[in-house]
Amino acid sequence: MTALVEHTGAWLDGFTNQPPASEYLRTLREAGFRRFAERGFPTTHDEEWRFTNVARIARTAFHVAAASPVLRLPDGVQQLTPGQAESDLARHAEERNPFVALNTAFLDNVTVLRIPSGAVVGQPIEIVHAVVARDAPLAVHPRTLILVGANAQCAIVETYQGRGQYLTNAVTEIVAGEGAVIDHYKVQQEDRAAFHVATLAASVGRGANFSSTSISLGGALVRHDVNAVLSEGSEVALNGLYLVNGSQHVDNHTVIDHAKPHGTSRELYKGILDGKSSAVFNGRILVRKDAQKTDSRQTNKNLVLSAEAVIDAKPELQIFADDVRCTHGATIGQLDSEALFYLQSRGIGGGDARNLLTYAFAQDIVDRIKIRPLRDSLESGLFEKFHEHPC
Amino acid sequence: MPLLQITNLHATVADREILKGIDLTVRAGEVHAIMGPNGSGKSTLAQVLAGRELYAVTEGSVTYAGQDLLAMSPEERAREGVFLAFQYPVEIPGVSNQYFLKAALNAMRKHRGLPELDAMDFLDLIRGKIELMEMESSLLNRAVNAGFSGGEKKRNEIFQMAVLEPKLAILDETDSGLDIDALKLVAHGVNSLRAPDRSMIVVTHYQRLLDYIVPDFVHVLSEGRIVKSGGKELALELEESGYAGIEDEEAVGRR
Repeated sequence: MTALVEHTGAWLDGFTNQPPASEYLRTLREAGFRRFAERGFPTTHDEEWRFTNVARIARTAFHVAAASPVLRLPDGVQQLTPGQAESDLARHAEERNPFVALNTAFLDNVTVLRIPSGAVVGQPIEIVHAVVARDAPLAVHPRTLILVGANAQCAIVETYQGRGQYLTNAVTEIVAGEGAVIDHYKVQQEDRAAFHVATLAASVGRGANFSSTSISLGGALVRHDVNAVLSEGSEVALNGLYLVNGSQHVDNHTVIDHAKPHGTSRELYKGILDGKSSAVFNGRILVRKDAQKTDSRQTNKNLVLSAEAVIDAKPELQIFADDVRCTHGATIGQLDSEALFYLQSRGIGGGDARNLLTYAFAQDIVDRIKIRPLRDSLESGLFEKFHEHPC
Repeated sequence: MPLLQITNLHATVADREILKGIDLTVRAGEVHAIMGPNGSGKSTLAQVLAGRELYAVTEGSVTYAGQDLLAMSPEERAREGVFLAFQYPVEIPGVSNQYFLKAALNAMRKHRGLPELDAMDFLDLIRGKIELMEMESSLLNRAVNAGFSGGEKKRNEIFQMAVLEPKLAILDETDSGLDIDALKLVAHGVNSLRAPDRSMIVVTHYQRLLDYIVPDFVHVLSEGRIVKSGGKELALELEESGYAGIEDEEAVGRR
């Protein structure tokens, strides 16, 4: 327990020396810090963190720095103060997760966006988080709340990047009003020495359509939590692509909560593992008693390129309704030797053939990206990545 | 000097010997048919020549254009002009036919010291070959062989051959599963590629294909050995008497 006291103590210093804030924010911060202090960092004894050991984060003495996202807000998007969003801020992401509580304890420079009812935002909303840690390890706690009005439509791209040793502990809450259509992307390309822990909590209104695609490339230790709660007739699509090599670790925990009838969810996560890397996919589908006629499909596919990489894939179906359709499947495989030979027999070199097949494995996630420049840049980025690391 | 000289070739898969001493000489421009019952080693021979690692060569040698073919990787063989039309073309989801073929062609061109083709030059080059094989040009944008019918896959193999212009083409049961129209189309494609500097080994179970692709030589493979060789009339003989006759003859001969 000594260690626990010590690290909470270090965070307490940072907490007490925060820049001043409104009483409203201070109240939220204090409640958040109290929850974090009660729980402390999770250990591998916690079921939710069984395969992801955050001791490296717990042991590091970080200096807290203010998050300073660069926003590109197209016409039709309003920026609010936290005080204007009291009914939603910190009400969607669950603070049972100590990292979410820690983020709330450091609320500062919160990004609150609102898309009015019926607005169709033509250009994507871009939020870029860049951290540069020069001397001491830094911790940033970016917080974003996006309120999308009824029947409004928008696309959101969150990018996380940086240099040096730091912790990004991000929380994004998205509230989709009735009939809203939201296309969300998260591109994680943190420094290979950085830690990235993030929660995306989406409350999806009646008949609303929410899709989120997570592309995870960087970071030393990465944890993504995506929690989506559906209403009646909501449609949710969660897609993910994670690429790890060296000693990288990435953990994707998703929860799709079918709370009401006639909801549809589609989930496709794909992973490519090389070197001594490790990955976790834990996909929970919850179908509550009222959620009749739920239609849910979950797929997780992993391509393991080395003998030392480790993947833990765990679907978790909890179904309390009786008239539902839920399927799930997880696969773990290597490159197809017949396909390799086929490419080589046409003159394509062994290394190039492996890269091409690896790239092809990721292709259907990339194809789902509807924002053309983002898709193009990822496409060429991925291709280069595979060329740099011939297996 | 022959283009291909196979001498006493033995090959095993999972410690089981499939090829038990093959001798075969193929000169430039010749078309050799290799016939034989299922399990005689026809496809193994084709795959060994293309460099499939699944098979281990335990004895013998293969000289191709003066080089030790067995010492070369599959891609080196391809770049030197060896082409295998697969019995079962492999589906590769996520890679478009066009990207694949352009990558293959440019790998060959690079090897020969020629500049790589850009997308426009490439399309110009393949246009005529698409017409030759009567292929839908939309096939180019689809993933390699994914969702293709059996006939489309076989046509795609010959289309690739037309684009890559090999010196030695090995056709492994290119006729299997084709209806007569598709068979004629594939044979027409192959025949139009016959050239004095291009040799072919046509592996087939049935004589039918050889009505359309008329070989210079026919060899009968049985239990991993060539047990009989002759001209194109040997194929007709087989059609009448079947493989059983040949095998009996061979058994008598061995006694």
